[in-house]
Amino acid sequence: MGYTLNFATVWANFDKLLGGLGLGLLLALASVSLGSIIGLVCGFASVSSSRTVRSLVSVYVTIIRNEPIYIIVLMIFFALPDAGLKLNQSASFITALTVYSGAYLSEVFRAGLISVPKGVVEAARAIGLTRLQTSLYVVTPIMLRNALPALGSTFISLFKDTSIAATIAIPELTYQARKINIESFRIVETWTVASALYIATCLLMAAALRGLERRFPKF
Amino acid sequence: MSSFLNEVWIARYPLLSGLMQTIGSSVASIVLGTLLGTVVGLLIVYGPLAVRWICRIYIDILRGTPVLVLILTTFYMPAVIGLKLGTFFAGIIALTLFCGAHVAEILRGALQSIPRGQTEGARSIGLTFPQTLAYVLLPQAMRSILPTWINTGVELVKASTLLSVIGVGELLLKTQEVISRNFMSMQFYLFAGAVYFVLNFGIERLGKAIERRVAFR
Repeated sequence: MGYTLNFATVWANFDKLLGGLGLGLLLALASVSLGSIIGLVCGFASVSSSRTVRSLVSVYVTIIRNEPIYIIVLMIFFALPDAGLKLNQSASFITALTVYSGAYLSEVFRAGLISVPKGVVEAARAIGLTRLQTSLYVVTPIMLRNALPALGSTFISLFKDTSIAATIAIPELTYQARKINIESFRIVETWTVASALYIATCLLMAAALRGLERRFPKF
Repeated sequence: MSSFLNEVWIARYPLLSGLMQTIGSSVASIVLGTLLGTVVGLLIVYGPLAVRWICRIYIDILRGTPVLVLILTTFYMPAVIGLKLGTFFAGIIALTLFCGAHVAEILRGALQSIPRGQTEGARSIGLTFPQTLAYVLLPQAMRSILPTWINTGVELVKASTLLSVIGVGELLLKTQEVISRNFMSMQFYLFAGAVYFVLNFGIERLGKAIERRVAFR
């Protein structure tokens, strides 16, 4: 309808978009690493023999899984300062994403733990390993391998969630794209390139994940 | 606490209309997205090769883009080529496309996991392809996609919060407007969080109840 594409401004700002992409990956990586700690603790806790511990984990997981990530981000960034805890943008976003991913990763690790055959644990105990050694050297590696696909897709979906960081002015890819839009009005071009960057990254990560899965055969 | 309840009471109409918008946009995009996803899901399994490729590209693009980017794109892009979409309408298109891709992928997985013998059996007793689909394949697929589909519903309610970014007056935007008036950010974000929890937890429970009913029949 009489619209001519002109990618000049987008290419001129391409380095900013790439920088934003990198920042998004960094945010996702930081949150998935911290979230994994919560997830591992909660995962092991959710198969513990104590009923209280199991219900506590289940309350956390249920609440977070039914809560929009955007609300969690806003709560930590805008509402926590009211309670006397002020974090800067990146710190509060990583905190929000960590709390959020912790719940999902706890489910991922729980499923991984359940998938470890009982006989393997019994065999480890029979050859004289302590409970801690069994968990550390036998159960955890098998669990991690079995959890790998779900772990990977959680990371990919967290990376996509980093676009929400734009709403609290963290200069990641979506933020940069909005900024270029405001400066140049090249809306179609900017969103096309930004979306392409997201898609390419997600597809690459999915391919890398498949490669990893092939490399380490499932137990 | 009493001052908070008082503020909630003062803001009851905006909050209620926000809740209605949240429910409306979620329901609309779940219904439309499920229709779209069913068509795409069937095409990607049974369609000709070229159509299958197009469906694959649609699914990969939609699943590889963050929902926020999708919402912003459907809101800003059509305006450039002279198409004026309202915020609510643009938002529903974005969420429908998002939902459709997920439903299509779930349906593909379910259809492909049905043993081949089922199709062969149905064809050999003389059912046509549409009949096989309607009486043999889809009922089995429906049952196995139910849990994931319910999950997609919860995802959509959660994603609808992002519509506030383009100015759809759903619950989160209304909450933010209320906060900008009384500055009770902690209380009102917790309040909105509680409403979303009740909504999503309700969907999840309802889903579980339906699942139990259709599980072994």
